[in-house]
Amino acid sequence: MKRLLVSLILWLPLVAHAALNVFACEPEWAALAKELGGDDVKVYAATTALQDPHRIEARPSLIAQMRRANLLVCTGAELEIGWLPVLLQNANNAAVLPGRPGYFEASRVVPLLDKPARLDRAEGDVHAAGNPHIHTDPRNILRVSEALTLRLAEIDPANAAAYRTRSQAFAVRWQAATARWEARAAPLKGLSVATQHKSFPYLLAWLGLREVAVLEPKPGVEPSVGHLARVAAQLQTTPAKMVLRAAYQSPRPADWLAQRAGIPALALPYTVGGNDRAQDLFGLFDDTIDQLLKAAP
Amino acid sequence: MLRPTFLLAALTVALPAYAGNDLDALRAELREMKAAYESRIQALEARLQQTEAQNAAAAALADTVVHQAAEATPAGNRLNPDISLILQGRYSHLDDVEHRAITGFLPAGHGHGASRGFSLDHTELVMSASIDPYFRGYFNLALLDEEVEIEEAWFQTTGLGNGFSLKGGRFLSGLGYQNEQHPHAWDFADNSLMYRALFGEAYGNDGVQLKWVAPTELFMEFGAEAGRGANFPGTDRNKNGAGSHVLFGHVGGDVGASNSWRAGLSYLTTKASSRDGELEDLDGVEAESLFSGRSKAWVADFVWKWAPNGNAAEQNFKFATEYFRRTESGTLACDDLDPLDPSRCSGGSTGDYQSTQSGFYAQGVYQFMPRWRTGYRYDRLDPGTVDFGLNSVNLPVTDYAPTRHSLMLDYSPSEFSRLRLQYSKDKSMEGVRENQWFVQVIHSLGAHGAHTF
Repeated sequence: MKRLLVSLILWLPLVAHAALNVFACEPEWAALAKELGGDDVKVYAATTALQDPHRIEARPSLIAQMRRANLLVCTGAELEIGWLPVLLQNANNAAVLPGRPGYFEASRVVPLLDKPARLDRAEGDVHAAGNPHIHTDPRNILRVSEALTLRLAEIDPANAAAYRTRSQAFAVRWQAATARWEARAAPLKGLSVATQHKSFPYLLAWLGLREVAVLEPKPGVEPSVGHLARVAAQLQTTPAKMVLRAAYQSPRPADWLAQRAGIPALALPYTVGGNDRAQDLFGLFDDTIDQLLKAAP
Repeated sequence: MLRPTFLLAALTVALPAYAGNDLDALRAELREMKAAYESRIQALEARLQQTEAQNAAAAALADTVVHQAAEATPAGNRLNPDISLILQGRYSHLDDVEHRAITGFLPAGHGHGASRGFSLDHTELVMSASIDPYFRGYFNLALLDEEVEIEEAWFQTTGLGNGFSLKGGRFLSGLGYQNEQHPHAWDFADNSLMYRALFGEAYGNDGVQLKWVAPTELFMEFGAEAGRGANFPGTDRNKNGAGSHVLFGHVGGDVGASNSWRAGLSYLTTKASSRDGELEDLDGVEAESLFSGRSKAWVADFVWKWAPNGNAAEQNFKFATEYFRRTESGTLACDDLDPLDPSRCSGGSTGDYQSTQSGFYAQGVYQFMPRWRTGYRYDRLDPGTVDFGLNSVNLPVTDYAPTRHSLMLDYSPSEFSRLRLQYSKDKSMEGVRENQWFVQVIHSLGAHGAHTF
């Protein structure tokens, strides 16, 4: 035990001088931090695309990673309210507490959609600040990347120039890719879709799609068969061309409705790692646009 | 921008052949042009300045808008404390047992007699917030008719650095696994036999706790506590210094994406002085017992959780087990509890007391579909060795091992509400085989509670 403690203490300065430890709450921010940080950062993604970011266990491994982090990159807007506070309380890492430079919330630099008109739990899992699934619009990714670059430079001034260079290069590639996606997705404009959870309002707003139905009766509330039947009936008067769900969500409600309505159900990757093609931010949107185009009539 | 002076110079140079009136006229024209240009430039410069000022104002405005938006974003940043209220009620179907005490174990005070039929459990009022950049505060009040108890009221440092934190006030000890959980977070409607025998409900203390989290990939935390030690198995005291000490350590990590675990070892040492309890004597008459001496306990805990790909939303499984071993040594005095019903201890009798007792619980809880969970818990205590010294002629020693099987099913319409049905086969009292049924409801109002692992 004593030897372990001594070796840990000797090891502390080494940890301090290693690459910047970035704790990303979600895979999209992990991918962005890697684009901007390159070799100057060591990125840990706390969740995967197959996990529901609203419901994460405050696991010991996450506390251990947060203890080592120099920078936390999270969505904010209450997305992580069920687990992030527990991690922050138990990790004893002052550098990443809210209000310190080591705490970065992506939703703060993005205009949020779907601000609830009524703040009441009877409305389900509503987020007071607005819908937190901001990364499904690539223009938001660019906004966050600019703010994150500034933050990286602030925390790690020695590598500030490198962050800026990578950020500029990323912005050029990203803007070109965004223009390409917009051009390809032009035929999708005005397309009616149904979504399982309100995971995609930013994607839909960006591409000009219309959300005519949501499968969940209230945000975060699992749809019952009775409610799905009502949605199916509603779709007969306002038809949707497809049902969208995120990869981490249960396939059952979307598949059931799709079969009932005779329309395709798409499992969009939602974030980086959501399927084999979505291995980075570019792949995420390539695959999302491809899937939408393929399913569009 | 081409300056008119240069223009003038250029023109003068370019037109050397002009002379006389023509030249004067040209000069006059040029002067006019120059004046006109200069006035236009001034106008342009003024407009530029104006635009710049407007831009700055717009930027400042945008800044304030962004900041206002940021301020509106809550995420644990509000000035008001997070407040939540936890409502708990139940229906219990129990046998009519006058004194509920676990056979072979000195009772943790005069335990609440379990109510039969409908009843209200403690209503918990919880408040927490950052105090300032250096401290965080937490407050938990448990309310019941004619009974208000401050379960926790503490501050914790947030900026001590190097993984250290200091907590002070009244808090639930970090020992074991279940100890820090309030009853509404338990997976079963009632407490495990182990915690009932060890602490009554949970071990809380007025004191300080120093905790250190190691900067390693494997989760490691170590803590030390010193406190008043007023609660069972200790007693309140009129002394300076600390009456109880706790040491604990936890390690944990992941196995693949689907499994995670935590294990720990804790040690508690405290002192008791005339600790009050009730015991049956050799004739089965209730007697009062007063223990004075030292109580030491080891607790080992292990938790393992599974969820497919780490996504607990659909299905998940949790296994938890804890084991304790407690040694108490000192003296035990016994006397009549009711003078009208004299016991063997009539007139008072004091003898040496030595005991080494142990026990454990093991439980598994499985969420088989969203909202629905089922669980099984097994409790077993080992009376171990008990030596009453001189009181051996008055008080019985038993080798009866209390056990209990519990089966529960719960339904949670949302994270904020839960309805639970539980059946227990309780054999914690020798000679009683009790079938217990509980229907329990738990509702939480207010701030979004985040539960620990």
